[in-house]
Amino acid sequence: MNRFAALLDALLFTPSRNGKLRLMGEYFAAAPDPERGWALAALTGELAFDEAKPSQVRALAAARVDPELLGWSYDFVGDLAETVSLIWPEAPGGKGHVPTLSEIVEKLKVASRNEVPGLLEPWLDALDATGRWALLKLVTRELRIGVSARLAKTALAEWGGVELGRIEEVWHGLAPPYQPLFDWLEGRRPAPEVGDLPTFTPLMLAQPLEDAEIAGLDARDYLAEWKWDGIRVQLVARGTEKRLYSRSGDDIGAAFPDICAAMPPDVTLDGELLVMRGGEVAAFNDLQQRLNRKTPNPKVLRDFPAAVRLYDILRDGPEDLRGLSFAERRRRLEAWYAREPRPALDLSPLVPFTSWDELKELRDGARDRGIEGLMLKRADSLYVSGRPKGPWFKWKRGALTLDTVLMYAQRGHGKRSSFYSDYTFGAWRGDELVPVGKAYSGFTDEELRRLDQWVRNNTVRRWGPVREVGPQIVLEVAFDSVHRSTRHRSGVAMRFPRIHRIRWDKPYRDADTLEALERLLT
Amino acid sequence: MSPFLSRPETWITTTPAGLYCEPGGFHIDPLVPVPRAIVTHGHGDHARPGNERVLATPGTIAIMRSRFGELTAGSLQPLDYGQPVAIDGVEVRLIPAGHVLGSAQIVIDYRGARVVVSGDYKRRPDPTCAPFEPCNCDLFVTEATFGLPVFRHPPDRLEIDKLLHSLSLFPERCHVVGVYALGKCQRVLALLRRSGYEEPVYLHGALVGMTELYERFGVPLGPVLPWSEAPRDNLKGKIVLAPPAATTDRWSRRLPDPLVAMASGWMRVRQRAKARGVELPLVISDHADWDELTATIGEVAAEEVWVTHGREEALVHHATKKGYRARALALTGFDEDE
Ligand SMILES: [Zn+2]
Ligand SMILES: [Zn+2]
Repeated sequence: MNRFAALLDALLFTPSRNGKLRLMGEYFAAAPDPERGWALAALTGELAFDEAKPSQVRALAAARVDPELLGWSYDFVGDLAETVSLIWPEAPGGKGHVPTLSEIVEKLKVASRNEVPGLLEPWLDALDATGRWALLKLVTRELRIGVSARLAKTALAEWGGVELGRIEEVWHGLAPPYQPLFDWLEGRRPAPEVGDLPTFTPLMLAQPLEDAEIAGLDARDYLAEWKWDGIRVQLVARGTEKRLYSRSGDDIGAAFPDICAAMPPDVTLDGELLVMRGGEVAAFNDLQQRLNRKTPNPKVLRDFPAAVRLYDILRDGPEDLRGLSFAERRRRLEAWYAREPRPALDLSPLVPFTSWDELKELRDGARDRGIEGLMLKRADSLYVSGRPKGPWFKWKRGALTLDTVLMYAQRGHGKRSSFYSDYTFGAWRGDELVPVGKAYSGFTDEELRRLDQWVRNNTVRRWGPVREVGPQIVLEVAFDSVHRSTRHRSGVAMRFPRIHRIRWDKPYRDADTLEALERLLT
Repeated sequence: MSPFLSRPETWITTTPAGLYCEPGGFHIDPLVPVPRAIVTHGHGDHARPGNERVLATPGTIAIMRSRFGELTAGSLQPLDYGQPVAIDGVEVRLIPAGHVLGSAQIVIDYRGARVVVSGDYKRRPDPTCAPFEPCNCDLFVTEATFGLPVFRHPPDRLEIDKLLHSLSLFPERCHVVGVYALGKCQRVLALLRRSGYEEPVYLHGALVGMTELYERFGVPLGPVLPWSEAPRDNLKGKIVLAPPAATTDRWSRRLPDPLVAMASGWMRVRQRAKARGVELPLVISDHADWDELTATIGEVAAEEVWVTHGREEALVHHATKKGYRARALALTGFDEDE
């Protein structure tokens, strides 16, 4: 457990992706089985101890520590698991048996709610402060160490010397502590069999295409379809087993029982998850309402009905279709859909065109909500996981832009911690500037240095890492769309805002108004 | 206590300038210039320039001279550890506090009663200064920087191991460690040497003077170099010590891919460490942790305990529950930084 605790601790403090990968790789290389398998399960969010509750942790501490001291300490630290881990009185001399992560997992998995405190107490006595912190974070499911399931799998892939896609392919056929996976990665046995399990097939992704690049492509080689503004998903059904996978291979089926119910047996489909009402795609914000809930109540299901618009078919019954051309798969998809029409599933239509100019006009003319642009797919492209160069492109509509005024700057993280690199910008409402968004990308290193210098010289107030600056700098901000939001003072929220240009030349009084932004609402 | 003996609270008081001994006519660590001051140690929240007469250990006087130069004081009286001196019928001794070079507790005897003012102190061994000497007394005035039971400093060696492990895991990154110029810097150097690290350690300019002063006082710290003397790429995989504020500010951009570490007792609390942008927190403190504070109160056998300099309420609560007369002094002017 101590080694795993040290890993969690180091991951929490390491901001860079590469640093995190290296820490996890080092751990996988050094930790024994099945310890590292359980650790992998913890990192990928697949460990849950439903019978362990924060209230039990609080009660355990209150029984050991003066309540007044516990209260002051909690006020100071601000986090229960951390307070308890730090304040727990260390037993003098013999501390008892230090549990392994495997022991902890195996005992907690079968414990009833009443048994949990009796298990935790001797472990807390035996572990050091970091160990106690890791234990309490683990049982209360609050790791928050900045590691996604995908990043943990990437670390595993790098350490094992295989492609991430190979890990994702076998992942859903396996259960913690993943012994066959480690055996395979260390060369002791062949890759685990996927067999008839409803496993995830890593997606085929498209490359972005700039308007200028289109001339180099032959329009006759490509089919076009709309790129919908939802999230890409894969529907997998094998018999009664049904899975709805996100593009990173996380099973999000529990949040979308309506989609799972609509899923036909024995098929693998690729599509876009959307909220749809009466055949119309709703704003991305509506989909967000569904994505935010692990298990939706009936009202949410009714108010935000989910649907999947299908792009592709990868498997039909026992037949793997990935080796067919896209044009052929498209025919199979249409034939399959004619046989198996379903509520909550429909086909994303192909967009007929004869020239790129015609297609560009169609793209820019499409004002439908939910259309982000076009997908171009070579008619002869096989389904290849990853992001191969050439067969598929996404050709987005030009981004929206707004001239805004820089209001606050905040220090960045990691490599950028010495720079004021996170910028909050505002738009005019009458004589007042209202913050409308925050961006921390889109500028060059040179521009960052210049902005940083400017912020330091023009600070009017500071709180901790934040500096307020006087109105002067106009930032032309690019964003994909804008939505209503009750969480922002402006009442609107931008999607993917980034700095497009720094308008050193433009008088700040001439920046855009909130009204102008509201006119762009989708 | 016999009725013929004095009660310390009748002759030692708190004033706006700080703690004051009436019969001796001196202040301890005064906040504003006074005619007569006794200074526990050289940190800025204890030693200030401009007093008329200052009594302190030779180490503290040297530190004050290097910080304040001409402004240090009208006259400076060095007093070695353990040597008594009489000030208007009050007997004063300085004994080691184990905090930094020259740091002292002040032992004041007057009419059969004894007061000990701890100044800042710690109990664990520190190769760069004399160890804390517990001294029985009637009234103990204790610091409480880490006066909450969540503060329990781990063994120094483990924290230094964390730094050395990180160096082996990220050998292409410059490890810049935030340390205070007086005490922490030299302690980290000494601990590194004790753990077998023999390479030169690079210093930010603000740390050079104090480190040289320690060496003049016979504290061996191994090879140190000003960071500016190393070509940029030579700092990859090296340790650079710098004042905490410099580690995440513009100066650090000149280092190759810096990994920011910080040596401080505050690093015990993760959110504090995260908020400061620290990537490698090292819990190394020059102050007593909760266990040391509570053990010391028991050890000096005082009937009365005054608590100052930090989180006072928890330590007062603890001491009261243990049967001491305890109160919080709420003196101002203390600095949370170590
Ligand atoms: Zn001090
Ligand atoms: Zn102090």
